[in-house]
Amino acid sequence: MNIQISLQIAKTHLLTKKKQTLIAMLGVTFGIAMFIVMISFIKGVNKFLEDSALDATPHVRIYKEITSNHPSLIEEANPKAFNVIHHQLPKNELANIKNGLQIVANIEKDPAVLGVSPQIGSQVFFNKGPIPVAGQIAGVDILKEDKLYSIKRRVKSGSMEALLSNPNGILMGTILARNLNVKVGDKLTITTPTGNLKLVKVVGIYGFGIQTVDGVRCYANMSMVQEILQKDKSYVTDIHIKMKDSQAAIDYAKVLKNQYRYQTQDWAEANSAFMTGDKIRNAMVIIVSITLLVVAGFGIYNIMNMNVINKMKDIAILKATGFAGKDIVAVFLIQSIIIGVLGACLGLLIGFSLSYLLSITPFDAGDFLAVKTFPVIFNIKYYIMGLAFGVITTILAGYMPARKASKIDPVAILRG
Amino acid sequence: MKVLSASHINKYFYEPEKFQVLKNISFEVRKGEFLSLVGKSGCGKSTLLYILSTMDTDYEGILEMNGEKLTGKTQDQLAAFRNEHLGFVFQFHFLLPEFTVLQNVMLPALKLGKYSAKEVEERAYQKLKLVDMDGHALKQSSKLSGGQQQRVAIARALINDPTIIMGDEPTGNLDKKNSEIVFNIFKQIAHENHQTIITVTHDPDFAKGCDRIIEMSDGQIIKS
Ligand SMILES: Nc1ncnc2c1ncn2[C@@H]1O[C@H](COP(=O)(O)OP(=O)(O)OP(=O)(O)O)[C@@H](O)[C@H]1O
Ligand SMILES: [Mg+2]
Repeated sequence: MNIQISLQIAKTHLLTKKKQTLIAMLGVTFGIAMFIVMISFIKGVNKFLEDSALDATPHVRIYKEITSNHPSLIEEANPKAFNVIHHQLPKNELANIKNGLQIVANIEKDPAVLGVSPQIGSQVFFNKGPIPVAGQIAGVDILKEDKLYSIKRRVKSGSMEALLSNPNGILMGTILARNLNVKVGDKLTITTPTGNLKLVKVVGIYGFGIQTVDGVRCYANMSMVQEILQKDKSYVTDIHIKMKDSQAAIDYAKVLKNQYRYQTQDWAEANSAFMTGDKIRNAMVIIVSITLLVVAGFGIYNIMNMNVINKMKDIAILKATGFAGKDIVAVFLIQSIIIGVLGACLGLLIGFSLSYLLSITPFDAGDFLAVKTFPVIFNIKYYIMGLAFGVITTILAGYMPARKASKIDPVAILRG
Repeated sequence: MKVLSASHINKYFYEPEKFQVLKNISFEVRKGEFLSLVGKSGCGKSTLLYILSTMDTDYEGILEMNGEKLTGKTQDQLAAFRNEHLGFVFQFHFLLPEFTVLQNVMLPALKLGKYSAKEVEERAYQKLKLVDMDGHALKQSSKLSGGQQQRVAIARALINDPTIIMGDEPTGNLDKKNSEIVFNIFKQIAHENHQTIITVTHDPDFAKGCDRIIEMSDGQIIKS
């Protein structure tokens, strides 16, 4: 087989039918461009959501599970009997982790751990004026918390350190502050679930860029929160841990659970909603890409099929003058490949341009996420994938007409 | 020296009903012979010629050319054989319309790969000169007249110096003058280059000038 001649014939065929060639090419171009834009954008969204979600969640959280579903005394005493209990109430349990600070000190010693922050969390109402706004307060050692979540970097006004010198200070999320219409230096009252009141001062306003944090949470000193909840100095409800390697956290959570007998939750579990979203979006990319490529493939198949039918006479002549079946396959397959490669390359270029335009397009996600433009990932991997997909589709789509061409019986055509 | 031998060739068509087109055809052709195949329309001349051309492999009997048995070879082997040893001229001057005259003539030689592209081009010019078409070498082949195209087709048939050149009514679409030109070219090739020519023709003048006439009737050779 002499590829050189097949290539020359293929080139001549393509160049004499420029319009057809272009249309077939644009089908591939469109498919690949859309593939690139979609995958770059959706992967960008996934990564952005993951990053911002992971930023604000600990790799591992240790907490105590409060449940009213515990066996009653009578069940324990008389397990075989038929016991009827009306209106079982939850035990008066403390939500704290016993020896919490001791556990923190132990975990901190682990070299795989980046930081540990003990916390006291509670629901509270913020009162400024007559309307109470619901939210959460987290009593923390702000320096430890900073190590986990870079609070300092996220402070928009006021300062994080002010919390250290101000026992009744709080750091407030941006959206909550806006809803309450408070600024740094303003005072407001917080009310605990048990009805205790406390006047506090806003010393800083921070923003994670995530509504579920910025709209509800305030940071305060541990001792202040212990005080308003009327608990002692060792009262801790949550322990947040960041690891050096986030993947290792999933196993580490299990180890901690067995070791300390408290509930643990790893970041993947905590963000399972995001993770499912990821999967759905990834599946969408695959489905839409396949659809586009199949459409482009059919386009090529149609055009090449027509091409073969139009060129029956030429095929018969080539065969009569000694071109073998595989030469004919090569002539038509090369045409598809040229269409595929050029179309795919143009598609990559257009896909890149569109992705770039998207990445600089302003995008207002409201308070839900702090994002200024559409998140787009530029990864050479997607471009290689796009090229490979384009070429593979065109080869598959071009092969059938090419084979058909090679099977043409020259006698039937030449005798007229 | 014989260059072609057909023995006991039978061929059937099955559409619309089973029908024997060729009945026990046997004959031999010698090197350098200028032979014409004549007979009434529908007697099976074209059918026989396409079997001889190796393009039609659906027959009974044995076909040999150049001392090589061709019956039973694969399509690709036969294509290679055609490329090297056979040349064709058809009734309708089949050229590749997108290519120039020169490219049309060169293609079978490029496929053969015996000569470099440069040599092939030189040879193609020689063959075009032989048919007096060298002045049109760089024209697009679709822009030639019928007679000119037929001469280019002859140059193409000659490019690999084939042992046998076959034609199915090569002058069927040409006027008297062009027919004579084609006839003279064939005669020259046969007698000076000792290449064998087998043509189907309806033109009695053309047939008369040949070395030998095989006459067919109803699928059989009646005079040879
Ligand atoms: N593909 C086919 N299927 C069925 N019958 C066919 C086919 N091709 C040809 N025939 C029949 O075979 C017979 C011989 O046909 P062929 O073309 O060989 O005749 P011919 O001698 O070349 O005639 P002409 O001089 O008109 O070209 C005819 O009766 C024709 O109808
Ligand atoms: Mg005929």
